Amino acid sequence: MKRIKINGISVQVEDHWTLLEACKFYGIDIPTLCYYAGLSPGGLCRLCVVEIGKGERTNLVTSCNYPVEERLVVRTHSERVMRTRKMLVELLLARCPSSKTLQDFAAKMGVQGVRFRVKHETCILCGLCVRMCAEQMRARAIGFASRGKDRRVTPPFDIKSEECRTCGACLFICPVCQLRCQGPQSPNVVCGACMNIEPVCLEKHEDVRCYLDTCGLCFKGR
Amino acid sequence: MTRKKIKSSSDLDKLRQKILAKRDPKIPCITVCAGTGCQAYGSENVVVALQEEVENQELGKVYIRVTGCHGFCERGPLVVIYPQGICYTEVKTEDVPDIVSQTVREGQIIDRLLYTEPNTGEKIVHESGIPFYKYQTRLLLENNLKIDPKNIEDYIALGGYSALAKALFEMTPEQVLEEVKKANLRGRGGGGFPAGRKWETTRNALGNPKYVIVNCDEGDPGAYMNRSLMEGNPHSVIEGLIIGAYAIGSPEGFIYVREEYPLAVENTSIALAQAREYGLLGKNIMGSGFDFAAKIHRSAGAFVSGESSALMTALEGKVGEPKPKYVHTAVEGLWGKPSNLNNVETWANVPLIITRGADWFTSIGTEGSKGTKIFSLVGKVKNTGLVEVPMGITLREIIYNIGGGILGNKKFKAVQTGGPSGGGIPESLIDTAIDFDELTKLGSMMGSGGMIVMDEATCMVDVAKYFVNFLVEESCGKCVPCREGLERMSEILTAICEGRGEEGDIKLLEELAEVMKDASLCGLGTTAPNPVLTTLRYFPDEYEAHIQEKRCPVHVCRALIGYYIDAGKCTGCLACLKACPEGAITGEKEEVHIINQEKCNKCGICYDSCKFDAVIIK
Repeated sequence: MKRIKINGISVQVEDHWTLLEACKFYGIDIPTLCYYAGLSPGGLCRLCVVEIGKGERTNLVTSCNYPVEERLVVRTHSERVMRTRKMLVELLLARCPSSKTLQDFAAKMGVQGVRFRVKHETCILCGLCVRMCAEQMRARAIGFASRGKDRRVTPPFDIKSEECRTCGACLFICPVCQLRCQGPQSPNVVCGACMNIEPVCLEKHEDVRCYLDTCGLCFKGR
Repeated sequence: MTRKKIKSSSDLDKLRQKILAKRDPKIPCITVCAGTGCQAYGSENVVVALQEEVENQELGKVYIRVTGCHGFCERGPLVVIYPQGICYTEVKTEDVPDIVSQTVREGQIIDRLLYTEPNTGEKIVHESGIPFYKYQTRLLLENNLKIDPKNIEDYIALGGYSALAKALFEMTPEQVLEEVKKANLRGRGGGGFPAGRKWETTRNALGNPKYVIVNCDEGDPGAYMNRSLMEGNPHSVIEGLIIGAYAIGSPEGFIYVREEYPLAVENTSIALAQAREYGLLGKNIMGSGFDFAAKIHRSAGAFVSGESSALMTALEGKVGEPKPKYVHTAVEGLWGKPSNLNNVETWANVPLIITRGADWFTSIGTEGSKGTKIFSLVGKVKNTGLVEVPMGITLREIIYNIGGGILGNKKFKAVQTGGPSGGGIPESLIDTAIDFDELTKLGSMMGSGGMIVMDEATCMVDVAKYFVNFLVEESCGKCVPCREGLERMSEILTAICEGRGEEGDIKLLEELAEVMKDASLCGLGTTAPNPVLTTLRYFPDEYEAHIQEKRCPVHVCRALIGYYIDAGKCTGCLACLKACPEGAITGEKEEVHIINQEKCNKCGICYDSCKFDAVIIK
């Protein structure tokens, strides 16, 4: 067992845990996109960043793959962390504005709009499907191709892979293609389609934005 | 023929004596630079012409030595004739007969081939007198002039591999490690991490075998110091690597060279084969009982593969993408084993430290950064080339003393250090003594040593856009901040350069830069915003002119300028009209011409072709 300090509270953690596992165990909610309990941590979406260290020498690290260290001081929701997460969500949302998952994150974190050109891509390149296919399905039918902004998920040489058993695990795990947001898509604005589903509660509760996550408040409002 | 292997330290000394005895210093030796720069100027033809001419003129014994890069690439091909040490610059094949008949045969100096000091007009005979060389401290590059990289005997004759002999026979691995730690040798690849500490971590890490790796995956635009060392003096790197392996206890090493550096690949392969043949590599090196094998690995040439974890993944045969380094590669690197990766230049420093001692090494440089650093001085400077200077030298000394000042005597504006991930340093800071820590303080970095000089006609927003676009192409795309952030940054900068910049763009750029610095997976992403941040910090007025006034102050951004004809100055000579590739200029002879703004593609040819300064840029 090791002792670490999360948000000022001293806690005991298992030696082999990552910071994310420790935080989850103690009930601290850290947003993740490319993390899945049964797969190796990707560390790509960077949404799970937390601030470690104290004083002036602090660093942002991804909690999903950072091993716990004795006497580590962790802050999971510091200003710097939140600023980073918000920008990351904004960047992802600009790429993939119709994703329910991203809209939910945006709503929770208070991202009110997107300042970048909206691209309407369908994939956020989190790599969950690639890892799922390789690690759980043992198929390795898909992988990443190209580099940088041209990076995409595809079977080798873009031809249907013989390894693919059409098991659907990649579809199951995809955080963006499930439940695509169907709301009106005006550019650079979080669509807020959920407002059509549930009554808008913004008038009664100023800072609460309820998008697709039906927040108890909406029901109260009714 | 299998050569008798070197079996002891005294064998090496004997071999050296034998090589030296074979060589008569009185016999003329013509060295020709065949570094990449000089090859581009046609030095290979000069070599062939020299060989033919020496034969034709029946001179008897003359050595012709084809060497690696001398450094002064601006004036290539370079030819130095020994024993006098006469240095000729910009030699062409037509000059060869004169060189052989006058200089080699008669010992006369040919004035027209000498370097002329541009300010005084003085002709300089010896390399050491040329300002470009005079102000340098050449420790690593010095031997590039003297040895044929394809011939191990040249290297041994100059005392090569004696550091290895000293390490193997007179020192324990711990002592070697201590010496390097004491010398405070910092990684020359850019990060500046103390090499000794990295070696120690690898040495103490659990897991076997341990690996040592040379990083020659240099990819910065305008930088070629690693390439020139690897091409010109591969044995110095190999010797350093073996010494490092001995200190760390590693049986195997890799030299990771870019496929785009064919000469470096060739020379390194030859050097490795020769080292093996002489018993300097392989089983039981020099009879000491230490085994070490080294292999060359040709990289596919992605910029990001220069990052340590990406390089190791590429070495494993996977896609060269970085991995999280919360556990250091020194502990868990190549195939999960402790791996020590150092830059070419770092390794090349090791034999010097072992031979001359840590105390000598620490006498050069500044408090925190010891030794010398090779920079590739390029851009708008008179003398471009490779310069090796002690740490702590000022930028002014490099640019004005060694570089000879700005091309066309224009005004200096900024210098980009550290390649695309470095930053632009403005004129007000040109007197800063540069070392690892100072450059970081200025918002730039040492990087691997690229130094791009920019003059007053450079638009800093355009420069930032150029570097960001380079990185957009080179980002691996694995993590969100780097992939998405860079692309967005490029979009915003392009918009600013095209006059579509908006209020708030600067703030957005700064926010984006901060997140990229904080949250990116590897060094590429965390340093990528540097060009934007430094130009924003030192040249904010240029951004504001672009965004608010829709004006490019130095007339570089095409969308923000227009070419017009000054009716008062135009003589109607038709020169611009004929030159215009778009047919955008109309007018009759001896009448004022007019540029049709809709057809004009702003190439600037009319501006260059007008002899009366009648074309103006607005």
